[in-house]
Amino acid sequence: MDEGRPIFVQIAEEIENAIIDGSLPEESQVPSTNELAAFHRINPATAAKGINQLVADGILYKKRGIGMFVSPGARAKLRDRRREQFADRYLRPLIVEARKLGISTAEVKDMIDTWETR
Amino acid sequence: MIVSVKDVTKRFGRVVALDGVSFTLRENAIYGLLGRNGAGKTTLMQILTGQQLPTAGTVEVFGARPYENDAVLARTCFVREAQRYPDDYRVKHALRAAALLFPNWDEAYAQSLVDEFGLPRSRPIKKLSRGMLSAVGVVVGLASRAPLTLFDEPYLGLDAAARQLFYDRLLADYAEHPRTVVLSTHLIDEVADLVEHVLVIDQGRLIVDEEADQLRGQMVTVTGPPAAVDAFVAGRTELHRTTIGPLVRSTLRGVADADSRAEAERLGVTITPLSLQQMVVSLTTGAARPDMLKETPQ
Repeated sequence: MDEGRPIFVQIAEEIENAIIDGSLPEESQVPSTNELAAFHRINPATAAKGINQLVADGILYKKRGIGMFVSPGARAKLRDRRREQFADRYLRPLIVEARKLGISTAEVKDMIDTWETR
Repeated sequence: MIVSVKDVTKRFGRVVALDGVSFTLRENAIYGLLGRNGAGKTTLMQILTGQQLPTAGTVEVFGARPYENDAVLARTCFVREAQRYPDDYRVKHALRAAALLFPNWDEAYAQSLVDEFGLPRSRPIKKLSRGMLSAVGVVVGLASRAPLTLFDEPYLGLDAAARQLFYDRLLADYAEHPRTVVLSTHLIDEVADLVEHVLVIDQGRLIVDEEADQLRGQMVTVTGPPAAVDAFVAGRTELHRTTIGPLVRSTLRGVADADSRAEAERLGVTITPLSLQQMVVSLTTGAARPDMLKETPQ
């Protein structure tokens, strides 16, 4: 696990990523708290906190006595949220590094275009 | 709450081992008890398990004083770093004794752990290697399923694979049979993700009593040119500073959240969160005391 960020946040993000890339489809069952704890070698209470955050967000829902499942519409919801965060998370460090190296915005745009046609 | 410690002080002659320590332990949680050698961790665990009396202050375990209290001690398992056994004891005798002592003992589970750790059942305890001796303690600590289980440096001589086995079995059994576990250890990085709550003792005083997730990222190092680092440090608590050529590295209390990352970017400094182990080291680096040398580091 990555230092500096709460582990439960990282657990939640990992499940979100699996939902976004389709490996955890909507209405499928997500691993249990104890399975997540054993797999990541983390405290079960921490794993539960990550799951509970996703339940509070409406990404997962609980089927009593069975387990946690991916909510309908979760994928679209997560994609929207990640798109909003995209500039801040990915463009900002790109611009900062470009500025440090004296690469102009026009050059950066150019690089993105050539990257796509590779 | 199953343990309540209030203003506990323990003196050995003129040495103050514990100095006004207060905290509580709740039911079903894994605690990390961290600190340097000689900080008072073992003394504290001895007091919790009725093997020492505090000089001052009160200790309640399961609502009663632990000292000479069989009802409390039957629910408590203390795996010590240097457990002594009667001279003629073999591995199987130690396990049989534990089975009699602990009401929740799971014999089948104990036997499966003995196999997993590769313990020779009929070998005399005094002929065991250091690692095997530690493994006996680990088996007893896990299979006793005591509602309060304390491990004091349980892995001396255990190799990395055996320690991983211990952590994995602890997590799996804890998930099935929740209880309160206190792990006292120097291998902080290895247990950092296992513990839910962190207690740090330094020179007899409790200096950290916090949820592990709260603690993560509460300290950072900031590296960059002196003027930029100074600008970042302003208004924050600096704990330590090192200079290497044109670069300064400052350790400070602070969070590596989005705001401080943005500020670091703007100033041109690199911000890195400290691991739990690095945090504990920077909080407990006092002057070396002679009693620290008594315990052999691993």
